[in-house]
Amino acid sequence: MKTKSNIERILESGEFVVTSECGPPRGADPEVIRRKGALLKEVVDGVNVTDNQTSVVRMSSFASSIILKEMGFDPILQMVCRDRNRIAIQSDILGAAALGINNILCLSGDHQKFGDHPKAKNVFDMDSIQLINTVKMMRDNGRFVGGEEVNGRPRLFIGAAANPFADPFEIRAARLAKKVKAGVEFIQTQCIYNVKKFEQWMEMVRVRGLHEKCAILAGVTPFKSVGMARYMKNQVPGMDIPDEMIERLGGMPKEKQSEEGIKICLETIQRLREIPGVRGIHIMAIEWEEKVAEIAKAAGLLPRPQLT
Amino acid sequence: MIVGNRKSFEEILEMIKPYRRVLLLGCNECVTVCAVGGEREVGVLASELRLWSAKEGQELEIREHTIERQCDHEYIDQIRSFVDEYEVILSMACGAGVQYVAEQYRTRIVLPAINTTFLGVTLEQGVWSERCQGCGTCILDKTGGICPIARCAKSLLNGPCGGASNGKCEVDKETDCGWQLIVDRLKELGQLDQYEEIIPIKDWSTSRDGGPRKRVREDSRL
Ligand code: SF4
Ligand code: SF4
Repeated sequence: MKTKSNIERILESGEFVVTSECGPPRGADPEVIRRKGALLKEVVDGVNVTDNQTSVVRMSSFASSIILKEMGFDPILQMVCRDRNRIAIQSDILGAAALGINNILCLSGDHQKFGDHPKAKNVFDMDSIQLINTVKMMRDNGRFVGGEEVNGRPRLFIGAAANPFADPFEIRAARLAKKVKAGVEFIQTQCIYNVKKFEQWMEMVRVRGLHEKCAILAGVTPFKSVGMARYMKNQVPGMDIPDEMIERLGGMPKEKQSEEGIKICLETIQRLREIPGVRGIHIMAIEWEEKVAEIAKAAGLLPRPQLT
Repeated sequence: MIVGNRKSFEEILEMIKPYRRVLLLGCNECVTVCAVGGEREVGVLASELRLWSAKEGQELEIREHTIERQCDHEYIDQIRSFVDEYEVILSMACGAGVQYVAEQYRTRIVLPAINTTFLGVTLEQGVWSERCQGCGTCILDKTGGICPIARCAKSLLNGPCGGASNGKCEVDKETDCGWQLIVDRLKELGQLDQYEEIIPIKDWSTSRDGGPRKRVREDSRL
C-alpha cells in the first residue's frame, strides 16, 4: 500500500467501496460539518469534502476535512485548480498529509461564473491532469513541480473525477487514460442516470484496460423531485438525464416523488454493480445527506468494513 | 489584431466632465479595423459630445484627429505642434496607444475611450473573436492549431473538462468549447493520437506573470 487510505486498503482487499460527500457550510460553524458527518457514520469508507463547490465560497475543504478526520472519518480532500497556483496547491498537499489526510481528489473546478463571485480572477496555473501528476511526483519521486526535493513525502491516495457524459464522447476514455498516465488511482464519476451510455463508456475503459489501473467508483445522486431532475438536466453542465426518468418522476404525485427518486437511485446502483470494472459507489445526496444511510442499507452495501 | 469595445457615453462623459478642451485622438490600425477607434468612430464620438454640450449649454471644444499608430512615437510626434492647446487627450486606441501617448506628453492628461479586450480575428463584418493571449510560449503545434489558453474558459492544457456539452463551453451555451474544437481539428488532421500526450504544466514566466515583457532585436537596432 502506498498510503494509509481506508479506500486504498479496501480496494486492495478486493471489496466494493462506498463513498459519499459532505459539502462544507457557508459560514464558520463547525457543527454543520459534524451534523452532516454524523449522518454518514458507519455508512461510508471515505467522505469527499468539496472545495468551494460550484464556485460558491464555503468553509475550506482542508479545514472541513480535519473536522471529519477528528470524527473518525477518512476524508477525501477535494482540490480544484481554479483558486490556487502551484505554490499554494503544493503547500496544501503537504499540510493535508501532515495532518493525516490520506486521500486527494484532483479537479479542474467549476468556472467561477456559476458561483457567488463571478467577478473573481481564476488561476488555472495547472489543470486536473497536471495536479494528479504533481501529487504523484511529490509522493513517489519526492520532487516538487519546480524540481526541488520534498523532505517528508505526502502519502496521499490519488483520485480524480470523470464525466462519462461530457462531450466529445469519443475522447472520454482517452482522457481517462491521460489521468491514469498522470498517476490517478481512483476515479469517481459524474452522477449516472443514463446507465446505457455509462456502459458504453465502461466498455471503452475496459478495452484500454484502464479499470485495472485505477478503481472506478460510479457516482449516483437521488432526485428529490421532478423539479430537481429538470433543473439538473437543463442547468447543470455535463449532465445526462434520460427523458423517461423525468417522465417517471413527473408521473408521480408530488409527495411521492422523493420516494420514487430513491427507488430510481437504488435500481441504478444495482445495475452499476453488475458492470465489470465498477469497484464502488459514490453516493452524492446533495443537501440530503440523511438519505445516504438509507440508500446504502437498501442497496445492500452495509455493513462497511471496519476502519483500521 | 487588437480588439476593443468603446466605453459607454456616460463613462466617457464622467471622465471628461472637468475639461473644456478635448483632443479626441483616433488610431488608424487595429482599432480602425475593429471599428472602435478609427477616424469614423472619432467622428461619431465627437458629434455625440458636441450634441451633449449644446444641449447642456456646456462649453466644450473638441478637435478630431487620427494618426497612423499610437504605438509608435514618430506618429505620436505629429500632434506636438497643437497638443498643448488641449487640456486632455481622449485616446481611442488600445491601452498600449493610450499609455504611449501619455509617455510622450507628460504634462497632458490622457484618458481611454475604449476598453481593450483581446487579440483576435474578424469572423464576419461586425464580429470579432479572441484567438491568442500572448502567453509567450506558443503551443499551437500540439493542439491542432487551436489555442487552449485563449479559447478554453479555464485555459486547460489537457481538456476538455466535464462541463463541455454539445460542443459548447460550460460558461456559455453560445461559446464553442475550445477543446471540442481541438479534438475535431486533430481528428480532421488524422492526429488524434496527439491528444493522448499529456501537455506538461506550463511555464507562465514568459506570459504576463513574469512581469512586463520586452523584446530587443539587436540586428534591427540603429
Ligand atoms: S499558445 Fe500562447 S502564444 Fe500561442 S496562441 Fe495560445 S496564447 Fe497565443
Ligand atoms: S467546456 Fe471546454 S472550453 Fe469550457 S472550460 Fe471546459 S474545456 Fe474549457
